[in-house]
Amino acid sequence: MSEQPKKIRLATAWLGGCSGCHMSFLDLDELLIELVEKVDIVYGPLVDCKEFPQDVDICLVEGAVTNVENLELARSIRNNSKLVISFGDCAVTGNVTSMRNRIPVKDLLTAVYHEAQAPIGAESLKFLPALLKKALPLHQAIKVDIYLPGCPPAPERIATAITALLDKQPVNLPPEMRTFG
Amino acid sequence: MSRTVTIEPVTRIEGHAKITIELDDAGKVADSRFHVTEFRGFEKFCIGRSFWEMPGITARVCGICPVSHLLASSKAGDAILGVRTPATAVALRRLMNHGQLVQSHALSFFLLSGPDLVLGMDADPAQRNMVGLIAANPDLVRRGVRLRAFGQQLIRSLGDRSIHPSWAVPGGVRKSLSDEQRSDTLKQLPEMYATVEIALDLMKDVLDKYRDELDAYGDFPSLFMGLVSADGGLEHYDGKLRVIDSDGKILENGANPENYQELIGEAEQNWSYLKFPYYKPLGPEAGMYRVGPLARLNVCDFAGTPKADRELRQFRHYGGHGKPVSGSFYYHYARLIEILFSLERIEEILADEILIDHHIRSQAGVNQNIGIGVSEAPRGTLFHHYKVDDNGILEDVNLIIATGQNNLAMNRTVRQLAERFLSGDKLDQGLLNRLEHGIRVYDPCLSCSTHAAGQLPLQVQLRSAKGELLDQA
Repeated sequence: MSEQPKKIRLATAWLGGCSGCHMSFLDLDELLIELVEKVDIVYGPLVDCKEFPQDVDICLVEGAVTNVENLELARSIRNNSKLVISFGDCAVTGNVTSMRNRIPVKDLLTAVYHEAQAPIGAESLKFLPALLKKALPLHQAIKVDIYLPGCPPAPERIATAITALLDKQPVNLPPEMRTFG
Repeated sequence: MSRTVTIEPVTRIEGHAKITIELDDAGKVADSRFHVTEFRGFEKFCIGRSFWEMPGITARVCGICPVSHLLASSKAGDAILGVRTPATAVALRRLMNHGQLVQSHALSFFLLSGPDLVLGMDADPAQRNMVGLIAANPDLVRRGVRLRAFGQQLIRSLGDRSIHPSWAVPGGVRKSLSDEQRSDTLKQLPEMYATVEIALDLMKDVLDKYRDELDAYGDFPSLFMGLVSADGGLEHYDGKLRVIDSDGKILENGANPENYQELIGEAEQNWSYLKFPYYKPLGPEAGMYRVGPLARLNVCDFAGTPKADRELRQFRHYGGHGKPVSGSFYYHYARLIEILFSLERIEEILADEILIDHHIRSQAGVNQNIGIGVSEAPRGTLFHHYKVDDNGILEDVNLIIATGQNNLAMNRTVRQLAERFLSGDKLDQGLLNRLEHGIRVYDPCLSCSTHAAGQLPLQVQLRSAKGELLDQA
């Protein structure tokens, strides 16, 4: 292939959340097909990359930081990305994912699992990531550059933010695009 | 020397997970596990809230099938009110549910599994994704994206937004459909039918292409469960539960969904946050059942719409002699038939005079303390079970999620694939992707299924009997 200006490397990550923000990203619909011509999607639920890559330009992070794996991934995202975007209300505030925070983790697990084989305790943590005491908004785990609220952020918001970034402009969302819920 | 293979994370699935495979001294598969690593806790933290809030909160269990939770929760709420939900509201809810089936199945077929089916299981992993698929077959991707968008747009027309609409409520729905929205939707249908026809042709080529390995993707006897309509037809919103065995014999017929606890038991394992539901009368081993598109087409007597019924007749040949289709690879095919069915139903409902009535919500307070709501989510039967006090404050919440009910079958599938394709102690790309595809055929939604518990990208590790890590991917 001939030399071309380097494409923007875009990553998306899904921590503790429902994937609704990613679904809203997919709701860009045919714009999405145009977008993938302009950027390389180097990591995320739609591509087969197992480890967070280096030299990422923009990373959209959905979800709250709810277990030790999320925390590791968040740190890796920060270390390898120029711009980190808190993508949606769970990343921005903790939202529904953090509704568990008032309840001790042990009580949560014992309420949900009742049998002797329940995934609780040291043996289970060999296979499963430990839950943090509280689900944290992303900026309590790592530094965040841009906040994109909404549950989920409407596709128009996502398009506005990404278009600005691809044009190397700051993201200035109008007030009606800065709402929660 | 025995060892363990781990795949982590499993990608192109809707959640967070890993796979481990243990090999014995002879290098044969001794055990395999599909671990779900996410935990969320809805069943606990919703206690103390009002049941009126539950459609909005539980929609956030899942961004892919929020409408299923919205409907199951509203139906549980209907039961708590104890009044009749207006027929127009029921028709509108069915309409939205079909919109969601279209969008969710289109996502699974075209964007998540499409890269494997079209580019091949052994394609370069850097290309084996939506972008690679756009390069190889841009028209197919564009059509798939537009089909998904059609479903999302229908949800948006009714609920003002495609994801987490606050629209269905206990007693009915909040808004009807305008005449323009109705005719706009109808206008798009011909293109959508054409897209499904193209996908069905593609599916038949795929079945041919993978003829020699199809039976490794989870082909085994099991029970199947799903809702059927009063006359035994394909059903996604209401109806009775039916369970059949691997010979097609009916074990349960006309079971009231409210009695689900008599039919379904839930086992647990310390290595997964996802529970393991089974058919109670037969116990955790023999009681393994599958739900979702494949199960629904296996349990129903007919679809009930002309195009889907024609296709269903062809589909049944893959079972043979009145037996259910037993290979999980056929979930893909079943999904396409369900899209066709949903498009036909959407057309029917939009033509129905019933939509004109302005009564769309019944108002009442708490008249019952228990409410159980059921719906067929894209991935299978979904139950919401609430117990409230006389003020409508939740005292107990139980959610049985579609994907969880396929947990035993997904584990069995991983084992079958490993036994067939694993050789030596190296993990090659073709093997890894086949293992992951074995999970993708179920289109698991792990954010959903771990509502109470955990998340699923896939991870694979290969370990020796002593536990040392030999290889991982």
